[in-house]
Amino acid sequence: MGDVSCAFVVQKPQYKGETSRLAITHAISYQTVEILLDDGDTVTPTLNFIGEGVLGLSQSQKAMENYGITSTENHMMNCCLVDLEVNVCKEDLEKYGIDPATLPDAEEMGADVSINVVPMADIKAKIDAARHVLIF
Amino acid sequence: MGKLTIGCFPGLVGNMSYDFALKLAEAAKDKGHDVDVWFSGNATGSIAAGQKHLKDYSTAEQHLTRLMEKGVKFCTCEACSVARGVKKDSSIEGVIWNAMHWYLGSIHGADRVLQIGGE
Repeated sequence: MGDVSCAFVVQKPQYKGETSRLAITHAISYQTVEILLDDGDTVTPTLNFIGEGVLGLSQSQKAMENYGITSTENHMMNCCLVDLEVNVCKEDLEKYGIDPATLPDAEEMGADVSINVVPMADIKAKIDAARHVLIF
Repeated sequence: MGKLTIGCFPGLVGNMSYDFALKLAEAAKDKGHDVDVWFSGNATGSIAAGQKHLKDYSTAEQHLTRLMEKGVKFCTCEACSVARGVKKDSSIEGVIWNAMHWYLGSIHGADRVLQIGGE
């Protein structure tokens, strides 16, 4: 069957619910799905944040101190470390007054990719191009 | 016939989406399709064995058992389950325990995927 593309769309804020976090961890699991598939088969996800989903993506989060859990910031850095394509809606960042420069980055840890800030039109194109869309 | 993969994230008690997921799974299976259901988040609390059917509360055990007898596959997220105190040796027999990549693996072979988000 070859490659199957999946667009994960996160529209809920982090920490207020569990599923916005689960979207990230499910997308990251594409790294190990091949142990369940035939040779040559792959799953390629994109992780897309829109609406209130863009909240909680900033640096210097104190999730462990405040909630006793790992931060979304750590998860976003892990996304970069496993070469997961992450897209954040530019218009929604502007709407909430979030500076794109404050988004997490794992470059110092050796990541080859970083989070993309893109227009909503580009995220729609990712959704259109995906075989399956998973909305969280 | 095709294959349907359902991602079921809502809890058994507190909303009707869980019920919808199981009814859809049964309808698809009855039509001859293969059906996989992935439990994550609060949905994983529904796989505990020995559920007492108090009439004021929804229960899942009898429905899951019946659907598994029909051939529907249910897999629960191990991390979500143990985080809720649900243990494999006290869960409903026949439910698969695995990690999130099981869901993606099922999606890979699916003709249709329905992601039913939770809380």
